[in-house]
Amino acid sequence: MKSLLSYTALVAGLSTLSPAFAQTEVQFWHAMAGEMGQRVEKLASDFNASQKDFKVVAVYKGTYPEVMTGAIAAFRAKQPPHIVQVFEVGTATMMSAKGAIYPVHELMKEQSAPFDATAYLPAVSGYYSDVKGNMLSFPFNSSTPILYYNKDLFKKAGLDPEAAPKTFADLEAYAKKLQAAGVPCGFTTEWPSYMQFENFSAYHNQPISTKENGLAGLDAELKLNGPVQVKHLQNLVDWQKTKVFDYGGRGDSSKPKFFSGECAMTVSSAAARLGIVTNMKAEVGMALLPYYADVQGAPQNSIIGGASLWVLRGQKPADYKGVAQFFAYLSKPEVQAWWHQETGYLPITTASYELSRSQGFYDRNPGTDVAVKEINLNPPTENSKGLRLGNFVQIRAVIEEEIENALQGKKTPQQALDAAVTRGNELLRQFQKSNS
Amino acid sequence: MRGKRVTFPGMAVPAILLAPQLAVTFVFFVWPAIQSLRSALFRQDAFGMSEEFVFLDNFIKLFAEPDYGQAFGLTLFFALATTVLSMGLALLFAVLADGVVKGAAIYKSLLTWPYAVAPAIAGVLWWFLFNPTIGIFSRALAAIGIDWNHHLNSGQALALVIIASAWKQLSYNFLFFLAGLQTIPKSLLEAAALDGADGFVRFRKIVLPLLMPTTFFLIVTNLVYAFCDTFAVIHATTGGGPGTATTTLIFKIYRDGFESLDLGGSAAQSVILMLLVGTLTIIQFRYIERNIHY
Repeated sequence: MKSLLSYTALVAGLSTLSPAFAQTEVQFWHAMAGEMGQRVEKLASDFNASQKDFKVVAVYKGTYPEVMTGAIAAFRAKQPPHIVQVFEVGTATMMSAKGAIYPVHELMKEQSAPFDATAYLPAVSGYYSDVKGNMLSFPFNSSTPILYYNKDLFKKAGLDPEAAPKTFADLEAYAKKLQAAGVPCGFTTEWPSYMQFENFSAYHNQPISTKENGLAGLDAELKLNGPVQVKHLQNLVDWQKTKVFDYGGRGDSSKPKFFSGECAMTVSSAAARLGIVTNMKAEVGMALLPYYADVQGAPQNSIIGGASLWVLRGQKPADYKGVAQFFAYLSKPEVQAWWHQETGYLPITTASYELSRSQGFYDRNPGTDVAVKEINLNPPTENSKGLRLGNFVQIRAVIEEEIENALQGKKTPQQALDAAVTRGNELLRQFQKSNS
Repeated sequence: MRGKRVTFPGMAVPAILLAPQLAVTFVFFVWPAIQSLRSALFRQDAFGMSEEFVFLDNFIKLFAEPDYGQAFGLTLFFALATTVLSMGLALLFAVLADGVVKGAAIYKSLLTWPYAVAPAIAGVLWWFLFNPTIGIFSRALAAIGIDWNHHLNSGQALALVIIASAWKQLSYNFLFFLAGLQTIPKSLLEAAALDGADGFVRFRKIVLPLLMPTTFFLIVTNLVYAFCDTFAVIHATTGGGPGTATTTLIFKIYRDGFESLDLGGSAAQSVILMLLVGTLTIIQFRYIERNIHY
């Protein structure tokens, strides 16, 4: 492999008639398509230009699940990428793969790269640290759901475009006014389970599961069928009938509903701003998530989603110096601030938030600090610190299946959420059994 | 070709001639099949660092799951519906194209085009046509009062994947039917016409029976297609939802194995699907090909 690499480097060098020097390649597999993918490539090329020894090769490998399974398959075939971007629901799986991952805190120490874990916002770093507080993966792109609304449609319906709905009661009233003005649908959502149930629960200070939503142990049990969640699902079902709410599918497949103006409001990732600005002519406002005013403790704070970078073992020891240097580069406040401002992902270090503010970014782009405010709305409780459950890719699919069953009237909201909890708990026990 | 039998002196030459094909079969079919049989008997963590022999546990768990039975029933319905729709339309088009005299080549080429479209592209195409917000078809349906949202409506989602899958297979069926039609001696049809049989009677009494071998062959290949090759279309259009309304066996294998990383369970499912398809193939070779005479 080594000789092959140096041979290809030699050939590449000869063919461009430039001196061939031995540069070590660092493979970085990610899931950022389109405009986001270009930003990731710029991060890599800027790093490559900043030093001579290593070359980070950023490779787009498909959706989050595809990148994760691709990297795992590559690991099994003994050809792992050095760095892989894994979404937050894969965190528990990665953490339990002890021999396969190279924990970031060890990496940075062993490769003596400058790194300060405390520079990261606790809401973010807590997500990717073990119980002792050691950072296992490198926080990269964190987001949180926020409310987007179409200001042009608000004006058309005689609503104040600067006053977003605060509560679900407002949201319903606004939706009806918008519909009276000819807008087909009030609001829709992306990532139904993540935004309307997981984050919804944290935001209303309700448990998603026991054991601090799984952060405190593998023996957690789902709690998503509480009265607040059931009431919310009941409302969604009722609103679906008149299109106050219109379901647009899993993942981000509801995007066209908001882009086209069919729905005047949507719950979407803070990082969706770039896509919205690129794709829509209408002016769009950003606001905190709506909440039920009669639920005690709401609004609490939202929890993050997105992905972090995991380092896989199984490559040549010398390569990992390059990985550590790349992470040190990514930690720089100016790099972090650039990434945050360009993509809409959260500023994940305090320094990058301060830098963005002192640069006047939030004043120039109203609404871009909504997400930061939202995750820091209140000191997190054990219901809103985060979420870490095993087999969560499957569990999320189960929750979404049951939501869809309720929306179609095949089950009552209570039945649907009870079933989601029962089926989800089975998956949790399976994970516990194979990882303890 | 009765009479003279051509034989090779010794085994060496036939062995050499067969070797490439056997090697390909072994590497791409037999070896993976053995691998999935093996993984079906183990429980493994995702990274393959530990594995435990569990014998038939994966299968027992599978049949205890209500989901699996549901996916099974759904797959049978999906496969039958796709086969009937695709073959029915293909036969109709083949009969019509067979009767065309002017510009026949153009019709025939156009009707075989969909076969050249990659399954994933076909899926994306239908995703666009039926997108609840921006799709041309869903807009047309809205104009006649049908609210199309396959993210929410199970029946519509199933209809969508059936239509898209049938469309994809249409050309293949069309080609076989057309070829079948062209082998029917014109003299037979002319004789029947002279005897006073009208078009429909000629079709029913002469064309259909003579097309039977083609039809049976196509039934088997279409079922196998619907069982195994429709993954990309489902993945691109409905993603198995809403609920599990379009999660067929092949899609469930993907979801459990590649998204949920339950490799043992997923392997067990593929072994069962392999048996199912194997049985169909055996039926095809042993009974249908022998018993249909013409």
